[in-house]
Amino acid sequence: MEAKQYIGEGWKHAILIIGAIVVMLPFYMMVSMSLKSQQEIQSISGGLIGAQETQTFPVCVKTGYSEETCTMKPYQYNYWFAFEKAPIPRYLMNGVIVTLSIFIIQVLVALPCAYALAKLRFYGREFVFSMVLFCLLIPVHGIALPLYVMLAQAGLVDTYSALILPWTISVFGIFLMRQFFMTVPDELIDAARMDGMGEYAIVWKVMLPTAIPALLAFAIFSVVAHWNDYFWPRMVITGNRDLFTPPLGIREFRGGIDSDEFGPMMASIVTVTVPLIVAFIIAQKRFIEGITLTGMK
Amino acid sequence: MGTISLKNISKSFGSTQVLNNLNVDINDGEFLTLVGPSGCGKSTLLRIIAGLEQQTSGDVLIDNKNVNRVRASERDLAMVFQSYALYPHLTVRRNLETPLRLRDYNAFERLPLIGNFSPSKKEKTESINQLVNKTSETLKISELLDRKPGQLSGGQRQRVALGRAMVREPVAFLMDEPLSNLDAALRVHMRSELSELHNSLKTTFVYVTHDQAEALTMSSRMAVMIDGNLLQLDTPQEVYDNPSSLSVAQFVGSPKINIFKGTADSSGTVSFLNVNLKRKSSESNTDLHIGIRPEHLEITNESNENTFSGTVAYRENLGSDIFFHVNIEDGSNKIIVRGLPQLTHQISNGSSVNIKRVSDKALLFNQAGMRVQFTNA
Repeated sequence: MEAKQYIGEGWKHAILIIGAIVVMLPFYMMVSMSLKSQQEIQSISGGLIGAQETQTFPVCVKTGYSEETCTMKPYQYNYWFAFEKAPIPRYLMNGVIVTLSIFIIQVLVALPCAYALAKLRFYGREFVFSMVLFCLLIPVHGIALPLYVMLAQAGLVDTYSALILPWTISVFGIFLMRQFFMTVPDELIDAARMDGMGEYAIVWKVMLPTAIPALLAFAIFSVVAHWNDYFWPRMVITGNRDLFTPPLGIREFRGGIDSDEFGPMMASIVTVTVPLIVAFIIAQKRFIEGITLTGMK
Repeated sequence: MGTISLKNISKSFGSTQVLNNLNVDINDGEFLTLVGPSGCGKSTLLRIIAGLEQQTSGDVLIDNKNVNRVRASERDLAMVFQSYALYPHLTVRRNLETPLRLRDYNAFERLPLIGNFSPSKKEKTESINQLVNKTSETLKISELLDRKPGQLSGGQRQRVALGRAMVREPVAFLMDEPLSNLDAALRVHMRSELSELHNSLKTTFVYVTHDQAEALTMSSRMAVMIDGNLLQLDTPQEVYDNPSSLSVAQFVGSPKINIFKGTADSSGTVSFLNVNLKRKSSESNTDLHIGIRPEHLEITNESNENTFSGTVAYRENLGSDIFFHVNIEDGSNKIIVRGLPQLTHQISNGSSVNIKRVSDKALLFNQAGMRVQFTNA
């Protein structure tokens, strides 16, 4: 490579690095604060991990633990206290139950719908598809209140159903999968029919495996959106702490009895965020590999 | 057995008529080619036979049983597609197994894990394996069984697609332009392989192609379709020698047949340019199209009432033959003449030549494009 090209590449990288820093900085702050003591956080000192001096934490003592138990290093304290104060594993489990249920039901609904819209000829197909597109335009917040009222009438407030049901039909999912299915050659479906598959078997045994990359993209959208959702759980989970999802759980640390305790709060945020990041990294690898459609064209 | 009869098949999409009252009888063990330019409805006809498309009217009979209401999978036909349509996520072995699994296993046995508890499944699996192994040996794809379609070359995929059709031992094979995604050399090679396969399987083949060369080389009979109509159904030689209409004559044969404007006088004697055919047509006092194939014209040194002259515009050397594209002197026509390399090597672009007709070989068509017969020898 010539020097000129190096400079060109260098520019691109410089810009990308700046962008990466901007994006990564909040994460850096989050991790750093989850490791440091309250004083270090408030005085903005101590670098990434702080001095890690063993100390006794007053909030802990006030909560009712013995002084001995409350004496430890800041990073230990932050994570220990986060788990002590709120049932974080329970929140995480709720998050997993809700997001997975939503995603699975969304797929169960969206795949057959998308298949019908993309590959079957029936009267009114274009109209149905235009309805799907129309539904994409409806903002969630606009219909939140009627949805809440209906769930309340059905007696479902404060249940898992309230968290899951309203999201089970994803028009975005139907749209995305339909666009993908349009690219699958008709001949593959005809071949499956000749082999003796029924239409449902075609959806699950032929279309689903070829659609893995698109499905993963949709999974990331769906899981991230519902794992991080604060608005809806806040509406329908009114009292029962056992049903709190991770974002609701983090709220527990906001202005509790003894003002804000940033250390344990950040520690809980780290625990809530890490599963998503890990899931994304795993999915991304599959994303790139994908299943090539080269066997078909 | 594998006879297929199509009776008065018509098909229209909305207001567009794509098939027009077709009648075809396909004999058991025959290699029938449906050939025609693209958009002539040949693929639609094949899909109607397969049951993937429903005809607007008419009947499909397989082994004399009406299958109008029988689903594609239950017609016991196998289809090979142009794009091969292999399942991209399954290995070659699983691709070959799929039609058998769907046919032989019952719903319970197809269930993952618990399906294995069915007592009869082991035996069925055994026979499926045997069939897959037998087929893959016949097609020489045994060493590919554990690969996925994406890792195969075009020719290998083609074989796997054939294998997937063969494992079921169907009453007939339907092939929709199976060779058109292959490169030229492989296509020619696969032609002979397909013919051999047909000879050894002795099953009915219905083969769709737009390539008249494939139709001529492989089929026992060929059906020429143009614009949704069946124009001629006969052996390749007969279609080539005796086309029923001008469109068939122009479609079949490469290079294309030469068409001259000619006339029949009051006695019916036919002539074109300055050449008198000295033969009479059944229609008199009319303009005719006279078709002469390139190999029925030759370049000659003579100049008499049986020859006409022109200028060579382009010399196309194929090694075994040389085709001369010749502009006829009066400027009316551009024709193609075949010459043997030994006799014509000195003729180059721009030279003027005399062209002679090989006697007896000419086809007459009237203004409507229908064939007109000679009345005398």
